Amino acid sequence: MQLPDEHKLASSKKRKQAIAFWIFRIFSYAIIAILFSILSFITYKGFSAISWGFITQMPEEGMTKGGIFPAIIGTLYLVCGSMLFAFPIGVLAAIYMNEYVKDGIIKKIIKQMTNNLAGIPSIVFGLFGMSLFVNKLGFGDSIIAGSLTLGLLALPVVIRTTEEALKAVDDTFRQASLGLGASKWQTTSKVVIPIAFPNIITGLILSIGRVSGETAPILFTVAAYFLPKLPTSIFDQVMALPYHLYVISTSGTNIEESRPVAYGTALVLILIVLFANLLANALRKYFGKKVKMN
Amino acid sequence: MKPFYKKFSEKFIEGLLMLSGTVTSLAVVLIVFFLFKEGVSVFNQEAVEEGYVVAVNKKNSADHISSEDLKNIYDQKITHWTPINGKPDSIVLFRLEDISNFYSDEQIGENFEGLPTCLSSVVDSLPDIIAFFPERYLAKNFKGKVLQVDKIKMSEFFGGKEWFPTAQPSAQLGVMPLILGTLWVSLGAILLALPLGLAAAVYMSEIANEKVRRVMKPLIELLAGIPSVVYGFFGLVIIVPLIQKTFQLPVGETGLAGSIILGIMALPTIITISEDAMRNTPRAMKEASLALGASKWQTIYKVVVPYSISGITAGAILGIGRAIGETMAVLMVTGNAAVIPHSILQPVRTIPATIAAELGEAPAGGLHYKALFALGCILFLITLFINLTVEFITGRNKHQKH
Repeated sequence: MQLPDEHKLASSKKRKQAIAFWIFRIFSYAIIAILFSILSFITYKGFSAISWGFITQMPEEGMTKGGIFPAIIGTLYLVCGSMLFAFPIGVLAAIYMNEYVKDGIIKKIIKQMTNNLAGIPSIVFGLFGMSLFVNKLGFGDSIIAGSLTLGLLALPVVIRTTEEALKAVDDTFRQASLGLGASKWQTTSKVVIPIAFPNIITGLILSIGRVSGETAPILFTVAAYFLPKLPTSIFDQVMALPYHLYVISTSGTNIEESRPVAYGTALVLILIVLFANLLANALRKYFGKKVKMN
Repeated sequence: MKPFYKKFSEKFIEGLLMLSGTVTSLAVVLIVFFLFKEGVSVFNQEAVEEGYVVAVNKKNSADHISSEDLKNIYDQKITHWTPINGKPDSIVLFRLEDISNFYSDEQIGENFEGLPTCLSSVVDSLPDIIAFFPERYLAKNFKGKVLQVDKIKMSEFFGGKEWFPTAQPSAQLGVMPLILGTLWVSLGAILLALPLGLAAAVYMSEIANEKVRRVMKPLIELLAGIPSVVYGFFGLVIIVPLIQKTFQLPVGETGLAGSIILGIMALPTIITISEDAMRNTPRAMKEASLALGASKWQTIYKVVVPYSISGITAGAILGIGRAIGETMAVLMVTGNAAVIPHSILQPVRTIPATIAAELGEAPAGGLHYKALFALGCILFLITLFINLTVEFITGRNKHQKH
């Protein structure tokens, strides 16, 4: 029996590897290229639409001209409202999960339920928000109904990021604090939370990015098609950026003429998400260094 | 006094924390309750719109009719009474506007005050008539017989091939085309996304150096952060016209457009989860393989991929889950025709898109409204099943490792 030529075998092995690696590299770069083509296309088309007037004026002429000010304000209200609900509850729930409850059936149930909540499609949140907040509780299409719906959607995100932040805190800190006679809550509030704080805030920023772009949950709970005035109470309807983009690009009276506004709105949305991501990354890096130095 | 106060506040805070901990569970329970309360009640409803009646002549022996028969009668697919009551007479269709063929405007009256009497005598005079009209025009001493319309059956709902909830006289609520449309688009999405996503995961975890990885990771996160409505918009202005031109179609809004957009949207899920799994491959295993003379590529597909296969599967399934639940992007690019798809170049309609498009027009509490909640239930169950499957796969793997 003749053994295969060692050199040949080695070179074919190498060639195969080179081909495979090149394919992987090309595919990976293709994904990045897709991302950049979306970003640059929207930026290129939307840049000319954006001006100071665009973000500070009311829509005009069947939403083909003018600005998107009420939609920006509406989204701002919704983000604040949903975070007022989701952030405290989410952080407290994560503290409970990570610091207080012992491993066991309760922890398992809460964890499972949080996972289930995270897996529910956003349109189902919309259905739920409509039947509970809008119809059953009688809020009508309102900021409060939309905020609560969005808040529920953001809750698992806040819990998960906070839990991760708490988990990253070294146990020796807790032991040292408890050893000095501090109570559980004193340890948590004076030692654990301050250390985990930057990461908790990072989670908050990321969930703001997520909430500001959600459309399906607000379709039937708050979003107004066209409402050129600012809300005066939490029971008012508002326009919102993602919904505005949806209506002017699909069901407006004059789709072609409102394209520039649509590009501009899409760019504003992308900028919000981009800004949130950059800020979160910068914070992570900044505080990461700081903790290491200590 | 002080220790007591301290103890009390500790307990109080713990209670508060526990309360917050139960909010997600409470939310899930509430969602299930409200969704299913409305959704299941669709099966307690007659298929005829509320406030309308179906009436026949007194001598007609039928006393109930299924919604499908009713629809076929009004579509003139059934023209004889044979399938309903066994008699071979041909059916006389009657809609409210047909009343002007029988009576003059004066007899009906300016405010339709004579209408109930007119309707009553028309139904009485024609033995083979079937009439459909609003209940408020039903005379007190109606001489015909009001036909009981069957309640919507599970088999009709899940097996029905037609989704036309606003059809008169009888709403057609077959969810088959919607379920198939959802699966069709999601399957296409995963077929596009899986090879790309896995390649990127392998590249990031095994091939690329740390520097490249550190740049790529946040970019992938950014891809996940772009709102779905922006993806939909991008699909609408770029991909839809492109498909229309390439395949010479009358419209570019097709299942394919939906699959492409959903594929892009599913990429981050697939990449992050399978990359995590691959990076968890013990170094010793990889080094053992390399030490035996295997190339890096051989190590990847003989050691790393088999070791992390459960994580990769989990990523793929979760990607499908994302695609199935996605609403806005699909709504904007798939054309939303509620027909069973035969090719990827046809418009399709998914469950989430149907809910988003129709809920605004469905009066609260009506049949259509309830049917949309039933769709929400289906969607909820599908995604729950997917999430539990993923947990089962990853959970089992954890046990193996310990």
